[in-house]
Amino acid sequence: MTVYAVTGALLVALGLYGLIAARGLLRRVVAFNVVGSGVFLMFGALGWYEGHTDPVPQALIITGIVVALSASALAVGLVVAHARVSGGQVLEDDAP
Amino acid sequence: MTPLIALLALPLAGALMAVAVPHRGARIAGVVVVASAGALIMLVAQWGIPHAAPGGWGAPLGIMLEADGLALAFMAMVLAVMAGVCATAAPMRELPTPFWPLALLAWAALNAIFVSRDLFNLYVGLELLTLAAVALVATGGDKALAAALRYLIFALTGSILYLAGVVLVYSAHGVLDVSLLAATLPAPTDRVAMGLMTAGLLIKTALFPFHVWLPPAHAAAPAPASAMLSALVPKASFVILLRLWFEAMPDAADDRLLTALAVLGALAVGHGGIMALRQTRLKQIIAYSTVAQIGYLFLVFPLAGGDGAAQPWAAGAWTGAVFQALSHGLAKAAMFLCAGLWIIAVGSDRLEDLRGLARGLPMTAMAFALAAITLMGLPPSGGFTAKYLMMTTAFASGQVVWALVLAGGGLLAAAYLYRPMGALFAREIPAFTPVPRYLQAVPLVLALLAVGMGVLSDGLYAFLQLGRPGTAEEGL
Repeated sequence: MTVYAVTGALLVALGLYGLIAARGLLRRVVAFNVVGSGVFLMFGALGWYEGHTDPVPQALIITGIVVALSASALAVGLVVAHARVSGGQVLEDDAP
Repeated sequence: MTPLIALLALPLAGALMAVAVPHRGARIAGVVVVASAGALIMLVAQWGIPHAAPGGWGAPLGIMLEADGLALAFMAMVLAVMAGVCATAAPMRELPTPFWPLALLAWAALNAIFVSRDLFNLYVGLELLTLAAVALVATGGDKALAAALRYLIFALTGSILYLAGVVLVYSAHGVLDVSLLAATLPAPTDRVAMGLMTAGLLIKTALFPFHVWLPPAHAAAPAPASAMLSALVPKASFVILLRLWFEAMPDAADDRLLTALAVLGALAVGHGGIMALRQTRLKQIIAYSTVAQIGYLFLVFPLAGGDGAAQPWAAGAWTGAVFQALSHGLAKAAMFLCAGLWIIAVGSDRLEDLRGLARGLPMTAMAFALAAITLMGLPPSGGFTAKYLMMTTAFASGQVVWALVLAGGGLLAAAYLYRPMGALFAREIPAFTPVPRYLQAVPLVLALLAVGMGVLSDGLYAFLQLGRPGTAEEGL
């Protein structure tokens, strides 16, 4: 199970880097989802003990996925609306 | 249905109804305000700590809801602000219809956060609040979209960091209930978990240097939404921080860490104040003032946390920070609602356009002045009680430097609030569209409540000690 937990942690690191460093708004939304997946993977892996699984993390992961999905939906909606108005998908102050 | 459950269910049901019947949003919100006030009065009248376990499942499997003095006081503040927001927003024809369901949804999320005792449930509440708040910013129209997106990116980063911390807490302790966690033995991962959760919550509370999203977002939203965003939303993540550091894991507190939080708070006071001095638009000034006022809240950590939690002065500092959060909420809502009415009256919030407006709309000018007194911390306001409690603690515990921050912050607040006041009371005859008197009275009532908190501070102080973490001492 350590493999899954470490993979999860790596995904979190990768996603956080994207969330902070990426300029494209859509990339940032994807990065947020990568972090989310990493956290959920970590949670699932940490909920496994020698031969049996703890059901609580699984229930919480499902709730977390629903929350992350609605957040992504709002984010994509805003990105699309912003792109319609400004014609790009980069926030003004972040442009080089 | 118990009054505690009603306080959560009423705004949520109202939000759903406002989606179904969009043109009746204001009326639905009005019903929710009146019914919630009834439920809250029933809870406060019990003078105890009501709790509920929805579905009959107690902790650790179920989620415990508990309304201690802290939760009830915040719910009452939110109710007062929401009543004011609804009263001023109802006659505004230009508000987009999604405003009402979003405002009610944010209210439901706030109440859920205040009474929830489960770390994961707090996460769900935070996300619900964030999504509603970001969407509220976006109701400001095309020009608000960039600010809403920036807010969303920050807030999502914050919530995912918080969630990662919750995961570590669960894997180390196997429980997520705040009271059960306090009874478990410390684990080696606690520091990392608390660090992640705290970092996430700092972003959401907009503590310096994570505040950059706040001024554009709060200034871009329509005025009633700004009042909610500035007065209420940062308080939710601050309450979770209080629950974490004082209730769930009081022993995880390290002196250096607590000092670091307060140093960020002190920097926020300075930076927010100086930036507020440099703005030319009223809403920007008020938004930067929020950055500064949030800074004071974080002085509570070295004053009442860690080893200090066992000291006789801890009660004073903890209660002082709660007073600051409550009085700032009321005063800031009053200011943003004033700004909204002035935008109706003169069509802009530039300081030069507001010149002499105190003659035209005297009640709002009075409200703004009273709110300013609270933000500066002058007696007899709630802001004064807050600073008095924190300052006496700072001297009693020998941490004089935080008292200097409190005093300096008050001077800065006086300086940046003088400019809008100077414009308002200028000897000029303004040209303006009249605003109905009952609308002008709304911010005045909120500002009077903020001042009243100081006048009636004895009762509120005693009430806040209900369920206060640690040894409930008398304080100084």
